Amino acid sequence: MAKLINLTINGTPVTVPAGTLVVDAAKKIGIDIPVFCYHPKMEPVGMCRQCLVEIGRPMVDRATGQPVLNEDGSPKLQFMPKLETACTNPVSEGMAVFTETAKAKSGQKEILELLLTSHPLDCPVCDKGGECPLQNLTMEHAADESRFIFDEKHRAEKHVPLGDLIFLDRERCIQCARCIRFQDIIAGEPVLGFYQRGRNTDIVTYGEPGFDSIFSGNTSDICPVGALTTADFRFGARPWELKQAASVCSQCPVGCNVTFNVRREAKAGGGYVIKRVMPRQNEQVNEIWMCDKGRFAGYQYTEAESRLMATPAGLDAAVGQAVAKLVESQSETVFLASGRLANEDLFTLKQLAAALHAKTYLYTQHGGGEFTTAYGLTSGADLGALGKGDTVLVAASDLYNEAPLWHLRLKAAAQRGATLIVAAARATKLDEFASFVVRYAYGDEVATIQALPAKDKIGEAIKNANNLMIFYGSDGLGLAGTTALAQSCAELFSISPVSQLTGSPVSQSASFPVEQLTGKPEDRTTEQPEDRTTEQPENRTTRKSNTGLIGVWSTPNQQGALEMGFRPAENLAAELAGKTVYVIAADPAGDDPALAEALKAAKTVIAQDILTTKTVKLADVVLPAAAFTEREGTYTNGERRVQRFYPAVPTRPGTKADFALLAEVAKGCGIALEGRSPLLVMNRLSTAEPAFSGVSYETLSQPAEQWPLIGRSDLYYGGTSYENKLGLGVTLALQPKADRQSSTVSGLRPKENEFLAVPVTKLYDLGATVAPAKLLSAHIERSAVAALHPVTVEKLGLGAGDQLSVEINGAQFTFRAALDASISTGVVLIPRSMGLAISAPALVKLHAAEKA
Amino acid sequence: MPHILLRHRDIPDIKNIEVYKQNGGFESLKKAVTTLQPKQVVEEVKASGLRGRGGAGFPTGVKWSFLPDNLWPHYVVCNADESEPGTFKDREIMTYNPYQFLEGVAIACYAVGATEGYIYLRGEFYPIAEQLDACLAEMEKQGYLGDKLFGTETSIRLKTHLGAGAYICGEETALLESIEGKRGQPRLRPPFPAVVGLYGKPTVINNVETLTNLPYIIEHGAAGFRQNGTEKSPGVKIFSLSGNVANPGNYELPLGTTFRELIFTHGGGIPNGRKLRAIMPAGASSSIIRVDDAVFDKVMDTPMDYENVQSVGSMLGSASVILIDDTHTMDWVINKTIHFFKHESCGKCTPCRDGNYWMLHLTERIHAGQASAQDVKLLDSVAAQVYGKCLCALGDFSTMAVRTAIERFPEDFEKVKA
Repeated sequence: MAKLINLTINGTPVTVPAGTLVVDAAKKIGIDIPVFCYHPKMEPVGMCRQCLVEIGRPMVDRATGQPVLNEDGSPKLQFMPKLETACTNPVSEGMAVFTETAKAKSGQKEILELLLTSHPLDCPVCDKGGECPLQNLTMEHAADESRFIFDEKHRAEKHVPLGDLIFLDRERCIQCARCIRFQDIIAGEPVLGFYQRGRNTDIVTYGEPGFDSIFSGNTSDICPVGALTTADFRFGARPWELKQAASVCSQCPVGCNVTFNVRREAKAGGGYVIKRVMPRQNEQVNEIWMCDKGRFAGYQYTEAESRLMATPAGLDAAVGQAVAKLVESQSETVFLASGRLANEDLFTLKQLAAALHAKTYLYTQHGGGEFTTAYGLTSGADLGALGKGDTVLVAASDLYNEAPLWHLRLKAAAQRGATLIVAAARATKLDEFASFVVRYAYGDEVATIQALPAKDKIGEAIKNANNLMIFYGSDGLGLAGTTALAQSCAELFSISPVSQLTGSPVSQSASFPVEQLTGKPEDRTTEQPEDRTTEQPENRTTRKSNTGLIGVWSTPNQQGALEMGFRPAENLAAELAGKTVYVIAADPAGDDPALAEALKAAKTVIAQDILTTKTVKLADVVLPAAAFTEREGTYTNGERRVQRFYPAVPTRPGTKADFALLAEVAKGCGIALEGRSPLLVMNRLSTAEPAFSGVSYETLSQPAEQWPLIGRSDLYYGGTSYENKLGLGVTLALQPKADRQSSTVSGLRPKENEFLAVPVTKLYDLGATVAPAKLLSAHIERSAVAALHPVTVEKLGLGAGDQLSVEINGAQFTFRAALDASISTGVVLIPRSMGLAISAPALVKLHAAEKA
Repeated sequence: MPHILLRHRDIPDIKNIEVYKQNGGFESLKKAVTTLQPKQVVEEVKASGLRGRGGAGFPTGVKWSFLPDNLWPHYVVCNADESEPGTFKDREIMTYNPYQFLEGVAIACYAVGATEGYIYLRGEFYPIAEQLDACLAEMEKQGYLGDKLFGTETSIRLKTHLGAGAYICGEETALLESIEGKRGQPRLRPPFPAVVGLYGKPTVINNVETLTNLPYIIEHGAAGFRQNGTEKSPGVKIFSLSGNVANPGNYELPLGTTFRELIFTHGGGIPNGRKLRAIMPAGASSSIIRVDDAVFDKVMDTPMDYENVQSVGSMLGSASVILIDDTHTMDWVINKTIHFFKHESCGKCTPCRDGNYWMLHLTERIHAGQASAQDVKLLDSVAAQVYGKCLCALGDFSTMAVRTAIERFPEDFEKVKA
C-alpha cells in the first residue's frame, strides 16, 4: 500500500497515494487544471506549460528539521519564485496548491495566448471543433481578444497524410507530442517523431507504409487539437450533431467497449447512419484505446452491399419455409452456429435444438474451449493489474494480429514487471517485450508446453507465479491441434500453486477466496515477489483472481457459446450429409470447399446471416438477420466478461435479430421461446445456464467510477474517448472442470518436394467482417502474403514480393512471397481468410507462379 | 603573471604532448591518482572555491559531491558546446592548450569515480574534435588514459561527441539527450543529472574552462588557486571581449577585475573615438548594462565576479563581454538576439517556441520603424509573459536583453510610427 499524502488544493483537503501528480490529485476532487501535453495514461513531460499553478510547501528549519510555523501556529509555506507545472510535481505532505490565484490564472492565460498565436483558428472547418480541448480551454481561460497580428501567423501544410488512415494538419499542431509518446510508450510502435525545431517543429513519420501502426487511430482521440484526424471521419460530420450508442467491438475476442457516433442523414432517408467508432472506457478491457481494425472495420460490414434484406412479407415466407423444413426433419436437423452470435441468440438456438432433439455444433476451427470454461478468468480479473510476481504465457498466438488490445495490455504488464513468456513457432511482435521467448517447430506445440515446467527459469516463473495467466491461440493449428494445446496449457495450472483447485462445481465457485487486489495501482507496485515467501501455505493454494486460461478466438462471442455448451464437431463434413442443416452467422461453404460439398450433400440448407455468403447462395431457405449495430445483445469476451451492446441504427427492413428469428421459427414449430427482447432472453439464460447465474441486463449496465476520469466536459484531460455510462459488464463464474482427454495429435511430416502449410491469422484479412472496410484495402493487400524462410524463397528462385504458387489437394493458389527468418525452411505460413482454405496444417507443393 | 588557462600564450607548442610534459604536464593527474583518494580531490576542489565557468557559477566541488555513492557507474561529461554568441574561450583552450583541458577531464573522472568521460562539442567544432581525438589517442598511448593508470587500478577513458549545431545542446540535459542519440531537448528536472544523468546514471557536467582549472588546483592546492580572484569568486577567468572594442579577444584575468581594466587596459578602449553605450557581459543572454555619463564610473569600477556584476543589473554568465558603442541602438541589438533565440528555440515548450516567434515579428517591425508605441509595450509584455514559464533556463534567457533594452534605453524605442 503506497503511503497516503495529505494536501490542500484551493483550500480543499485531499488525500492521495504518494507519487500522485498534483494535476491528478486536483482532478480527483473535481478541480480542473488545464493541460495539453499531459495525459493521465502517460508519464508527464511538462512541455506545454499550460498547467501552471502556485505550489506552497511547508517550510522546514534546516537546523532543527522542524516545520516553521506562522504566528497562528499554522505551517509556514514556501513558494518557488516562478509558477510550477501541476503535471510534473508529485504531491507532498502538507502541500498547498493554488490553481485560481491571480498569478496562476494569468500564467495559464498567457500560455494559451502563446499557443493561439501559432494556431490557424480555423475552428469553423475543423473536425475537432466542438470537442476540441484547445477550443474549450480557450473559452474557459483565455483572453477574448488576440494581441497577435493574424497575418504574421506561422503557415504550414494542411492535409498531410501520415498514412492512409490519419491526416495531419501541421498548422493546428501545438507540438504536445502526445501522439509521439503514445506510439513510443503505449503502442510500442515508435513510428512518429518531431522534425525541425522551434516554431518549425513538425510531426513526421518515416518508413513505408506511413504511420505503420495498428493503433494509429488513438492518436486522433488524444490529440488536443484538430491536427490529427482520421480518414473515415474528417469532414464527415460535426461532433455536436452526433448521438452516441454504446457498443462492443465484434472483431475479436477482446470485446473493446466502443461508442458508435450516429447522425441522421439524407442519404439514409433521414435515418441514422454510423459516422465513426470511438473507444469507450473500460479499464478492465480496453482502457481508453482500440485498434485500427475495430475503428476502421468495426461496422462497415454491416453496411456492405452484400447485406441480406427482405420485405416483411418475404421474411414471413422464409420463416414459414424454415419451419416446414424443421417440422419435417426434427431430430435429423443439425444446427451450426458461430461465435458471431450474441449470447441471447445462442441460448435461443440451444433451446430450439433441444426441443427438436437436434444436434448443435459450434462453427470454429479453434478447439479446447471446454478448458477455458473451467480454467478461465473469473471475477476480479484485470490484465491491467498484472505486474511483478505474475506470469503470463502466450502460446501459439500472435496477439498483435489476433487480439491487438491484449497485445497492448500484456506489453504493459511485462513493462510493469510481469514475467511474460511467449511460446510461438515464429517471431511475433510481442517477443520484444517478453522475458522469455520459446521457439519451437510447428507441430511441437504440445511437447513444448509440456516441457516448460522443466526449464529452469521459465519453470520457476510458472511454479512461483502469484497469478498465472495463459493465452492460447491457433497459430499454425487446426481444431485437433488447438484442443491438445489447450489441454497442455490447462495442465500447467496443476503444477502452479496459484490454482490447486479441486474440481469444484460452479455452485461453490463463489466461495473461492479471491483476492481483491485488482484496480488499485498501489498494490501492483508494492507487491514484491519476495513477499510470497512469507505467505501462509494455504494462501498459496488459493486461486488468484488474475489466473486463468484464455482462448484467443476469432469471433467476439465464442466464449459465450462455449459457456452454454456449444462445441465444435470433430468431423463436421460427415455430420452434415443427408441432414437438414441450419447455418447461422457462419460461412462453411465459403471457408472450405469440402464443407461446400458437404452442404450440397445435405438434405436441406437453411442459412441465417446478415451478409450474402457462399453458404447463403447454396441455401434452400435464407433468413436475413439484423447486424449487431441494429439490435441489443451481449457478448462474452475471451476474459469471460459479459458485455452489453446497444442498437446504434434501426434494423433494416425485412431483417430481425437472430434470437427473434429463431424464436419465430420455434413458434412455427410449436415451441414457445422468448423472442420479444434480449433482456427477457437474458433473464431466462441466467436462470438456465449456471455460468450466467446472476447476470442480468441490470447488473451488466452498472457503471462504476473509473480512473482516469475521461470523456466528460474535460476532454483536454483524457481525450475524446467516451466515458462508460452503460456498464462494465460482469465476469462469469467458473464451470466444473472438463474431463481430461488423452488426445494426441500426430504432426504432419512433409515428404520431398512438400512443405508444411500452416494457417496463421492476420489482423487485416478478407474475412466477411473486414473486407467491406474500403479504407483498409491497402492494409489487407499487404497482409495477403505467404511467408517462407529466406532460404526457401531463394531455393524456389523467388524474391520477396514475387508471386508464389501454392498447390493444395490439386488446387492452385497464388500469394506474394514474404520472408520470415524465424520459421523453419520446410514451412509456409498461409494467412487465414485470404482465399486459400486451410483450417489445419496441411501438406502443399510450392513453386514460382507462372508470370502472367 | 603567467597564464593559468591560456598557457599556450606563454609556452608555444604546448599542444604538443612532449612540450606539455616538459612543462609539468600530467603531474597533477599522476599526483591525484597515485597519492590522493577521490574524496580528497573533491575536498580540494571544494576548498578551492572553483565555480562553474559555463555561466551559472555553481561551486564545482559541491556539484561533484551530489553524486550518490550507491548508484554506478558515474559519468563525467564536459560541456564543450560553447554556443553563446560572444563566447569563444573554450575554443581557444581546446585548440591551443588541449592537454591541460584533457588532464582536467581525467582528474574530474578520478574524483567522482567515473571510468568514462564524454566531451560534447558543438557540431561546428569538428576540426577541434578531430584534434582532441588525436590527443586522446596520444594520451592513451603514453599511459595517461586507459587501464591501470600510473600502475594503479584506476581506469579512465574519454570520448568526444559532436553535436549537430544546436544552441539548446549547451543546456546540460539536452546535451545528455543528444549524447544518447536522442533529439536534443531539455529534460524535466528533477531528477537532476547528478542522480539521473547520462544513460540514467549519476553524471557530472562541467564546462571546458572549469575543468582546465583542475590541474592547477591539484598542483598548487586550494590556497594556491585562491591567490587569484576574490573570496567568493576565486581564480582566474577568461573574458571573451568583443563588439565595439579596439582589441577584441580572450583575456585571462583574475575574477574581480574591473570592467575598466578589461575594456581600457587590455581591450584598448572603444575605437574611432566613439562612446561606450552598453555592455552585454554574458553574451546574447545578458541583461544589457546601460553605460552613460551618470553611471560610467560606477560601471567601470564594478569588479567582474559572480556577485558584483549583479549590482549593475546583469550577470557575469560565461563572461562574454560584448561592447556596444553609440553607433548602435538597442532595437537593433534585440532584433539580433531574438533572431538568434527564435532560430535556436528547440520548440519543446510553448513560451519559448511561440514567444520568440512572436517577439521576432515585433522586434523586426520596431527596428524597421514600422511599429507603434503599443508594439513596444506589447514586446515588453510578451517577454514578461515568456519569462519564468519555460521548461529550461534558455527560454528565460531569451527575454533578458529585450526587457532590459526597453527598460533602460527608452529613447531607442521612440522612433516608432505615431
